[in-house]
Amino acid sequence: MALHLDAILARAGEFELAADLTVPEADRVAVVGASGSGKSTLLDVVAGFRLPERGTVRWAGRDITRLPPGARPVSILFQDTNLFPHLTIRQNLSLALNPATGRQRPGDAERIDAVLERVGLSGFGGRYLSEMSGGQQSRAALARVLIQARPVLLLDEPFAALGPALKDQMLDLVAEIAEAEGLTVLLVSHDPDDAKRFARMVIVVEEGQVTAPRDTEALFDDPPPGLRAYLGGG
Amino acid sequence: MAPRAVSIIAALSVIGLVIGPVTAVVLRAEAFSGFRPADWQALRFTLVQATLSALLSVVFAVPLARALARRAFIGRGLLVALLGAPFILPVIVAVLGLLAVFGQTGVLNRVLSPLGLPELQIYGLHGVLMAHVFFNLPLATRLILQGWLAIPAEQFRLAATLGMGRGAMWRCVEWPMLRRIVPGAFAVIFVICLSSFAVALTLGGGPRATTLELAIYQSMRFDFDLARAAVLGLVQIGLALCAGLIALRMTSVPVAAKGLDRHAPRWDMTGRVMVLVDGAWIVLAALFLLTPLAMVVLNGVAGLFDLGASVWQSAGHSILVALGSTALCLLWALPLATRWGEWLGLSGIALSPLVLGIGLFLIVQPFANPFELALYVTATVNAFVSLPFVLRILRPEAETLRAEYGRLRGALGLSGWAWLWWVLVPRLKRPLGFAAGLTAALSMGDLGVIALFADPDRATLPLKVYQLMGAYRMEQAAGGALLLLMLSLGMFWLFDRGGRVGTAS
Repeated sequence: MALHLDAILARAGEFELAADLTVPEADRVAVVGASGSGKSTLLDVVAGFRLPERGTVRWAGRDITRLPPGARPVSILFQDTNLFPHLTIRQNLSLALNPATGRQRPGDAERIDAVLERVGLSGFGGRYLSEMSGGQQSRAALARVLIQARPVLLLDEPFAALGPALKDQMLDLVAEIAEAEGLTVLLVSHDPDDAKRFARMVIVVEEGQVTAPRDTEALFDDPPPGLRAYLGGG
Repeated sequence: MAPRAVSIIAALSVIGLVIGPVTAVVLRAEAFSGFRPADWQALRFTLVQATLSALLSVVFAVPLARALARRAFIGRGLLVALLGAPFILPVIVAVLGLLAVFGQTGVLNRVLSPLGLPELQIYGLHGVLMAHVFFNLPLATRLILQGWLAIPAEQFRLAATLGMGRGAMWRCVEWPMLRRIVPGAFAVIFVICLSSFAVALTLGGGPRATTLELAIYQSMRFDFDLARAAVLGLVQIGLALCAGLIALRMTSVPVAAKGLDRHAPRWDMTGRVMVLVDGAWIVLAALFLLTPLAMVVLNGVAGLFDLGASVWQSAGHSILVALGSTALCLLWALPLATRWGEWLGLSGIALSPLVLGIGLFLIVQPFANPFELALYVTATVNAFVSLPFVLRILRPEAETLRAEYGRLRGALGLSGWAWLWWVLVPRLKRPLGFAAGLTAALSMGDLGVIALFADPDRATLPLKVYQLMGAYRMEQAAGGALLLLMLSLGMFWLFDRGGRVGTAS
């Protein structure tokens, strides 16, 4: 069980992204690189929002390249708009559980309560996003991806708007849950400290070229020239 | 938005509603023997009245819009808001109001006669023009007012610091704006007046004041000459298409303008004469637009309590038709609230309701009695005619919604149904309410295709009021008109209000 990107070539206008790598199951991997290097394009290919021109995406040996985003074993946290603001948190989670109808089924209420408790939002189910703080909103968004119970979790800088302390708190919470649930996580971040704090492995994206995952500590001890330039080391 | 299949079904049904009736009309037109002098006269009158109506509306709108743009006064916001009202005002109500003021026994003649002055005659070209100006002066004013308010305040400040006089201000600031806006306003009103039917039916008529639409109606209703009606219908389509395309090229300003309730401060208009001139335009326009409506209310109150059962029955028909066409229009509009959907919906402006009605008549005739289906056909045609306006209202917000939440929808794998029920409808509640109100009011007041089909048992309220007028039962007609006015405005208010209540943030 691993996430494979085999000889991927994806295009976004003039921009080209090439990737050929494997992310081991239940691993936490950071994706770092300069702005516009292709980090989010890489996540879009995995999530199914962008079809590659060439290559395949496989999970546990199964080709998922042409599956629509909702049918993939993947859930994603965006930078924003992770929940519908006109629905309560409970309605949002119910919709994530039953995307065909949005109607709650027997047993759903208990699952929703359990997930809310897991992210520290017990009793918040009846609230709207506008009635919650930034940190609580991030937790609610996390609850949404957790209730989808998919083995691969993609994080596209979802906590960038939070302050440093709150961001670290959220990353720790995700790491703890990922560990417990055995989730494979890809975290896109422009902040090297996030990668160091969260990920065991790091993927570097540079001008559309994606490297294979490398051990975080080893990578930052001896960064390749492109990453060094990005980190400001000349 | 909705699943692709639903969008395709909606699009195909709209295309079918265009192609089917037009084909039926074209096929029937083959049996046509040639244009009669009366047909040429109808074509000439259609073009003349549309040109003059547009010209007069725009000519009067320029000073009125300028006065509204540069003067602040109590009630200005209300007056500007009222300029939007004629859009949902039933034609027959406005006509009764105009008759009450300018008609043979109207207020003005009662003042003029004792003074020995000649009586005003409202029937004929000038009556048609007056009614068209009544409906379109507000539209032209809103379009031009928007242009005036779009002039950056800095330009007026700069002109003031340069000490520009009124002539220089006109040449450098105002005229360039008018040159951009006025042709579009003229073209839009010309297109609207080209397919004038109800006004021509009530105030025109006779060989010298018959529009093409009215000629189509007469061919159907009086001569039952389907081939002639079909050819006139084709000419009408050709005219509307040409004028519509020209209008589309010339129009640069959306009708649903926002922010018209403010005014642009000016430093060059403080003279007493200018204040008086602006004041006169505002007062005259308000009197012209509001007096007929006030007369409808005043004259209608007495008749309101003496309406026969047939009037109430026709009111019931109108409510059913309005609700039916509103439901159908929204069913079309929700999956078609895209760019290509809006293009498709524009056919609702290009295709005359009467031509559509004749086409449907021809299609239905071999299988059923078309007169028995009058209310269904009317509801369908009204929904189709309202579609372009509804799409104009819904599309911008629907597209924003798709842009903002499309990825979340994809990530969740929401079905079309779940997206519609949980996201689209609650998030579009406000524009949906407004659009539904507009459709219901337009449909409620429509006196078009129903006039072709309806027998007395299936008349809608506007047709009933027209029939009462024709029978010179003016008190009942006035009561019916007031009822129609209340129902149209009431329906608009109910739907619009419904869209605002409990709208989630």
